[in-house]
Amino acid sequence: MTQHNSLEADIRVLRAGPLALLQDSGRFGVRHLGVTQGGPADIYSWAWANHLTGNPWGTANLEVTFGGLKLIAVRDLEIAITGADLGATIEHKPVALWQRTRWKAGDTLTFAAPVSGLRAYLAVCGGFAAEPVLGSVACVTREELGGFEGNGAKLATGDELSVNRSGPGQQLANAPTEAPKNALPDFSQPAVLDLLPGAQIASFTGRSLFDAFNTWWQVDDRADRMGVRLIGPRLNCKINTLISEGISLGSIQVPPDGQPIVLLNDRQTIGGYPRLGALSPLSASRLAQCLPREPVRLIARGSDAVLKEHRRFRAVFHSESV
Amino acid sequence: MSWKPVLESAGLDAWIVRMFASIDERNVSWLSALARRCEEAFGDALVDLVPSYTTLLVVFDPLNVSPSQARAIICETLAGLEPEETAHEGEVHELPTWYDISVGPELQRVAEGAGMAVSEVVEAHSQRTYKVFALGFAPGFAFMGLVDPRLECARLDTPRKRVPAGSVALAGLQTAAYPTETPGGWNLLGRTSARLFDREREGFSLLRVGDRVRFVPVSREVFEREGGNTTPLEPIT
Repeated sequence: MTQHNSLEADIRVLRAGPLALLQDSGRFGVRHLGVTQGGPADIYSWAWANHLTGNPWGTANLEVTFGGLKLIAVRDLEIAITGADLGATIEHKPVALWQRTRWKAGDTLTFAAPVSGLRAYLAVCGGFAAEPVLGSVACVTREELGGFEGNGAKLATGDELSVNRSGPGQQLANAPTEAPKNALPDFSQPAVLDLLPGAQIASFTGRSLFDAFNTWWQVDDRADRMGVRLIGPRLNCKINTLISEGISLGSIQVPPDGQPIVLLNDRQTIGGYPRLGALSPLSASRLAQCLPREPVRLIARGSDAVLKEHRRFRAVFHSESV
Repeated sequence: MSWKPVLESAGLDAWIVRMFASIDERNVSWLSALARRCEEAFGDALVDLVPSYTTLLVVFDPLNVSPSQARAIICETLAGLEPEETAHEGEVHELPTWYDISVGPELQRVAEGAGMAVSEVVEAHSQRTYKVFALGFAPGFAFMGLVDPRLECARLDTPRKRVPAGSVALAGLQTAAYPTETPGGWNLLGRTSARLFDREREGFSLLRVGDRVRFVPVSREVFEREGGNTTPLEPIT
């Protein structure tokens, strides 16, 4: 049994729902051992949840996919819910998203089903307490690593969760209580995703390159934290398979059936299909909020503009932490 | 090196350095040398390095260095690069392996394909010292080669839903041992009692890219004494 079990329970899981996972920023420095990155599928929403509860970058919070989760607070907690609107309520009253909320002892917090977006992030002031495995608590079920038990288990009904009492993050006085309106993503709008061309893009036929960037692709129901398959015109590449090589977050690989797969946080570390390039980290996050059958579009971007946007996003969370 | 390295963008935070056109055991010493020099050159800006058969994926922190700065750093490390000397080559690991039909049901298939007796397959597989080309698929899963070409054997048409931990396997000209129970489509020849991935161990993975590996045939008794799991494999369903 891991150490947190000896700590007091601050939250009890009344109903686990399909998939709720503890996620810090991810597992790094071990990918050469075949260990995947993990971490939040939507790092943008994850970061804001921490920020609104005064937690520094990297603090573990809960990624709730699709909803169905029902929790009860054992003591009063300061929380923030960001990301997808999964119809969250406290004692049947809707919880305002993207802002700090008091969750009183004895009250139940329930996630229903997607209204817009797919993954919500629940951060608690102080951060959830769990023992890191290979340097991280990021929960990867396939690798049986991380999470509250250290073994990659998703939340289960009856679990008791602990919150750090005196984390470095409890600086609520300096933290914003709500995200500014212009920081809120609108998941009801079709996703337009930034692709940095690379790898084998020159080996695709001209027709396929035209199709890649002029198609409303449809998100397939074969979509999870490893990757998201897109359905649309068949993309043809002169190369069928490659000698396996390292693959980065957001890489778009095209297997012989011509239907692209965007690789996300829990992808395998190496792979051998030709690639169009890679989504920007923020676009990979946006895609992770898409439900099956939603339309997405790819646009080719240069790295300078994308880097500027990425650094602007990260600057919000680092001004107070140094 | 008769091949000129090529850098390919792998997104906002990574470059692929394509060093070679084909798989060769000698690639590893070049890739290891490049990885070592990248560690020094990037310092804190380095996030991960993923070596594979012919490439090195360099993952950096884009808050620290831009993609074009990272490219310049990598180009500098490539200039005057020398392969690591054989003396610095990876460790040699001996993996005690129980070759048996009950835990290696494809021994028969490989033997038929090679026109050899099962005992000859075991001999051919255990005689060579293999090089670890890449880790991937699952934590600690090492792709090794190259096996005796007579044993070359395609993957199973239908992968198994569960391949037990320790399974020693063959696909094409490569061999591997499964660190944990996962699905898999490789041909199973036997099982090793070695613990290939252990989160309590320093470094976690027994095998690293560049290491050398020998499978040492042992009896069922020795395999069991070493903690090996003798549960026979379920037929493919």
